[in-house]
Amino acid sequence: MAIFLNKDSKVIVQGMTGATGMKHTKLMLGDGTNIVGGVNPRKAGTVVDFDGTEVPVFGTVAEAMKETGANVSVLFVPPAFAKAAVVEAIDAEIPLAVVITEGIAVHDSAAFYAYAVAQGNKTRLIGPNCPGLITPGQSNAGIIPGDITKPGRIGLVSKSGTLTYQMMYELRDIGFSSAVGIGGDPVIGTTHIDALAAFEADPDTDLIVMIGEIGGDAEERAADYIKANVTKPVVGYVAGFTAPEGKTMGHAGAIVSGSSGTAQAKKEALEAAGVKVGKTPTETAKLARAILAG
Amino acid sequence: MDLFEYQARDLFAKHGVPVLAGEVIDTPEAAREATERLGGKSVVKAQVKVGGRGKAGGVKLAATPDEAVARATDILGMDIKGHTVHKVMIAELSPEIEAEYYVSYLLDRTNRTFLAMASVQGGMDIEEVAEKTPEALAKVPVNANDGVTIEKAREIVAQAKFPAEVAEGVAEVLVTLWDTFVAEDALLVEVNPLVKTKDGRILALDGKVSLDENADFRQPEHEALEDKAAANPLEAAAKAKGLNYVKLDGEVGIIGNGAGLVMSTLDVVAYAGENHGGVKPANFLDIGGGASAEVMANGLEIILGDADVKSVFVNVFGGITACDEVANGIVQALELLASKGEEVTKPLVVRLDGNNAELGRKILSDANHPLVQRVDTMDGAADKAAELAAAK
Repeated sequence: MAIFLNKDSKVIVQGMTGATGMKHTKLMLGDGTNIVGGVNPRKAGTVVDFDGTEVPVFGTVAEAMKETGANVSVLFVPPAFAKAAVVEAIDAEIPLAVVITEGIAVHDSAAFYAYAVAQGNKTRLIGPNCPGLITPGQSNAGIIPGDITKPGRIGLVSKSGTLTYQMMYELRDIGFSSAVGIGGDPVIGTTHIDALAAFEADPDTDLIVMIGEIGGDAEERAADYIKANVTKPVVGYVAGFTAPEGKTMGHAGAIVSGSSGTAQAKKEALEAAGVKVGKTPTETAKLARAILAG
Repeated sequence: MDLFEYQARDLFAKHGVPVLAGEVIDTPEAAREATERLGGKSVVKAQVKVGGRGKAGGVKLAATPDEAVARATDILGMDIKGHTVHKVMIAELSPEIEAEYYVSYLLDRTNRTFLAMASVQGGMDIEEVAEKTPEALAKVPVNANDGVTIEKAREIVAQAKFPAEVAEGVAEVLVTLWDTFVAEDALLVEVNPLVKTKDGRILALDGKVSLDENADFRQPEHEALEDKAAANPLEAAAKAKGLNYVKLDGEVGIIGNGAGLVMSTLDVVAYAGENHGGVKPANFLDIGGGASAEVMANGLEIILGDADVKSVFVNVFGGITACDEVANGIVQALELLASKGEEVTKPLVVRLDGNNAELGRKILSDANHPLVQRVDTMDGAADKAAELAAAK
């Protein structure tokens, strides 16, 4: 089971032939991901060899899907071309598009998100500005290191890549069903709520770890959702208590505006929904451990 | 990036939003000629990126060019809520005003769409309007791909209940303001007040614009709008080196990889500081995924150059990046700084975890640098860094 991604997922990589795409395609293959093609109109018809695994390059997402039955695309396309690449994936109606690219202009991400909705949400978008998602032991669509942990029964959803890795590392002996990095941009496709709903429905997940950070009100809304819909235990962590107002902290979306978007407000909302919130990543891992130990 | 009023005015003018004439100056004497060009009268307006400057005495009428010089002399150098006035705008006097309105476009993060906001109660703080009389503030979602046509603008105007005699004029302004929002890759364009004058014109008298720095690749003109003089010198130096750095007011210098982990590191250091005389993080610095020796050296150089820093905490989780590379980076960075003749005297606490952590830790142990201490957990390392900062 797991969520959004499993051993049967057939993955293509948009931007595979660039330096970042090449590096991570090789790593994803090493984690067992079934990568069936790359997309680059200028290199269509060629084949790229990754240590003995030959991956064909197609001209378009639609063609790659037709030839290979691909159902997931991972995008390493530079910011200036990302909007066109995401729109192409949506037009091809690929079920899942994982946008790793950092630094996409908000007018572009707002446009491709609105386009996905207008086309009937046939494509689930994850990201942009995210590390992607991994179902350990089955498939890896993105840049999350595949060797931190093993398959297990914790589900993880996070705005931050490195905090995802940190938390997977803290709980590496228990293992994860899936870990989803949803990204730190102001406009993202898949939200905390989407991942919470999927983990709630996933029989392979016993506990959910949710990592948030300053900016926006996604954590507050997730708290409302948890209160009403989630029966599995949820453990939370929020980064950015010491962030000053009006300063962007690394992620484009990580900014406290006036009194909104503070870590304290998010923590309080989560706790009011019955979520145990750790003060540090290590303490959060301990809370998860205690719950699983019963 | 938030702009000054005069910069917003210029962008509005460029895209057809009706504004009054105005020019920015930074010496009192220049107010004379600028006022003469406007026919001998002007409004002298302090340029600061903070609200409430009228109440603070930062906006004054000048009936003659001499008076404009006197007012500019008063206002230049004035402190408005902690912002020093370095520039004033000499603006055309507004015709007599009959009504003040509010219009803006911004990103609605919650609903992942753009939003038009409009109110016939302009001229005051819009957050106050939203709080006290929410029914007086119309909020209309705008689809990024549909944009604001004249029909959509009329819908916004109708929802905000603008009087019939100004409805079409305001709708036309809303279309040009949308053009500004899109063409400039803005995160916010706000006109407050948008006024109706006695002679029947609709004018944008004051405005705010915030630009998306992620769009800089297609907005080459935006670099010139940056207020380089106001930037913190450490932040400016970090930016020049391509580092993601924010200066804070504490004593523990922070270097980490990944925005989330660095934010978390700041928090953990602040908690640890509660037990060590209240020391706090001195900065946010994300060196990103591939922490090469050069990037690490650049980062260390910025942080060690901060006089407020008493100890440094390097917190790295090796994801794709291997910790042995990071450890080599730290050792080489210290050598690089030493070879440049920069004496390093502040203690460094290093925590390495994840990919090849054992190897990385061994490299640091073998290097045996007198100022570098290894602590292998994040919470423990934060505590040590706070303790060292407090002891200095």
